[in-house]
Amino acid sequence: MKNSIISLLLLARRHRVATVLLFLLVFPFLMPYDALSVNILIFGLYAVGFNLLFGYTGMLSFGHAAFLGVGGYLAGIAVVHGGWPWWAAIVTGVAASCLAGVVIGYLAIRTRGIYFSMVTLALAQIMYYVFYKAEDWTGGENGLRGVRVESIKLPGLSIDFINPLNKYYVILVFVALALWFVSRILNSPFGAVIEAIRENEKRAAACGYDVARAKLLVFVLSAGICGLAGALRALHLSIVPIDSLHYLQSGQAVMMCLLGGMGTFFGPFVGAAVFMYLEDVVTNLTRYWMGAVGMVFMVFVLFFPKGIWGTLVHQMERWLRRQGDRA
Amino acid sequence: MSATPILEVRSVSRNFGKFRALNNISVSFRAGELTAIIGPNGAGKSTFFNVISGGVPPSEGQVLFEGRDITGIAPHDFARIGIAKSFQITNVFKQLSAFENVRVALQMRVTRFQLLRPRQAYGELVQRADALLARVGLTASRDKLAGDLAHGQQRSLEVAMALACDPKLLLMDEPTAGMSPEETTVMMDLIRQLAAERTVILVEHKMKLVMGLCKRLIVLHHGELLVDGNPDEIRANAEVKRVYLGQS
Repeated sequence: MKNSIISLLLLARRHRVATVLLFLLVFPFLMPYDALSVNILIFGLYAVGFNLLFGYTGMLSFGHAAFLGVGGYLAGIAVVHGGWPWWAAIVTGVAASCLAGVVIGYLAIRTRGIYFSMVTLALAQIMYYVFYKAEDWTGGENGLRGVRVESIKLPGLSIDFINPLNKYYVILVFVALALWFVSRILNSPFGAVIEAIRENEKRAAACGYDVARAKLLVFVLSAGICGLAGALRALHLSIVPIDSLHYLQSGQAVMMCLLGGMGTFFGPFVGAAVFMYLEDVVTNLTRYWMGAVGMVFMVFVLFFPKGIWGTLVHQMERWLRRQGDRA
Repeated sequence: MSATPILEVRSVSRNFGKFRALNNISVSFRAGELTAIIGPNGAGKSTFFNVISGGVPPSEGQVLFEGRDITGIAPHDFARIGIAKSFQITNVFKQLSAFENVRVALQMRVTRFQLLRPRQAYGELVQRADALLARVGLTASRDKLAGDLAHGQQRSLEVAMALACDPKLLLMDEPTAGMSPEETTVMMDLIRQLAAERTVILVEHKMKLVMGLCKRLIVLHHGELLVDGNPDEIRANAEVKRVYLGQS
């Protein structure tokens, strides 16, 4: 019995993307309603993309809403103003957020620590006002309405995209691909380089790594993944709300990462799920849901600094090591 | 022995604001030599070390490596052309295992921006990392986090990381700083072994330590080159006695 648990855990650890995917396949049936599952899926991806920069490279960006927003708006504009198909909208959203990542990243990586956070925040605020003012294109305060995608047409197949469960699985395809991509990056030599940079920039440079270039690359990758989350959100909501670009959205990414466990593969996703689930449940009880979420957040930051998932993984690793020593 | 020195410093000065930390220093190092830069506190040793290892560019003058001007090249280029260093304050990747520290350092010569191939595909790095850990006596601590190692072990780990890029020139800034006498002995033995196979320049505060180790010593004082000679010459030099006894 115990041995099969051990081998199951080892298998799950070796094939983390497949394990996560299995879980996400049944996930909607564990949630009170499907739209919440879709939201969690999207914000889970957003937090995972953010974590690549924050948890793995040690760069605390306070401006990641820019990429969620740019991805969303450009995907939305492609549909509303361009009349483009859904897939072209996604490509546009991701490409635009990567481009925004190059510009913001190029300017921000010259700074470190709190200055980096402030520069990303400031640049993201500029994005907010640009999109806010470009009313003809973005709908300004009201958000960009009419991002209508009623069905996903593939050769020989048409999926009704109004049904939230269908929506969930369509979006899951993209989220799964992105998670696979992130997992590959983390497991690659480049993944080792960004962790080295997080641990000690000076040493990483002395080892021969071009720190600035690595930082810019990871910044753009992170922006692209968050942009994908934004584009998927636009298709999901049929509207791009201006709050996509709001700094609170940037803050949420930080909270989700810390809550779930920064620097772990799946932690940010768990953090996003808990965050959004709490938001959903507590809003029904009181307007002050932020207070409740804040309390939970404080408990974790103070007593479980590794986060929910981080703590679980840590315990599991310890248990596995003990079992290994005993054997 | 080739005529071109492995490292040549030509009239190098370095200012920090109005303070002149290094003043017009010219010195060259032959390949295969083990040299120590010594001097009392504030002599400019660390600045000199930084200038030749990519920490800070010189304000004036040139640094040549194997005859090639390397003044002002990026810090990461030093490792690529064959100059590696260990810092005065230990710089290791604390949350990574000792093994991973060395593996990452080795990886630089093979791949830097490979995004999609798994690390496991570079199997030869694993053997080479283990060999380097064995070399500095850290095999037993292979899987410990670098941050959990004893101070002396972290310094040894840093030497292993510096060796990972197979440098022609190894620079060490106070390699025994903060070490216990036992750890110091181990480190001195290691330096002796390393010096047999490559050029080593070390910066050291404790003169006694390097007297028995190096054939050539360079004494800095107030940012200037005071004496350059073998241990006997240094010992006999009245100037050196004066600055080291602090009667300046």
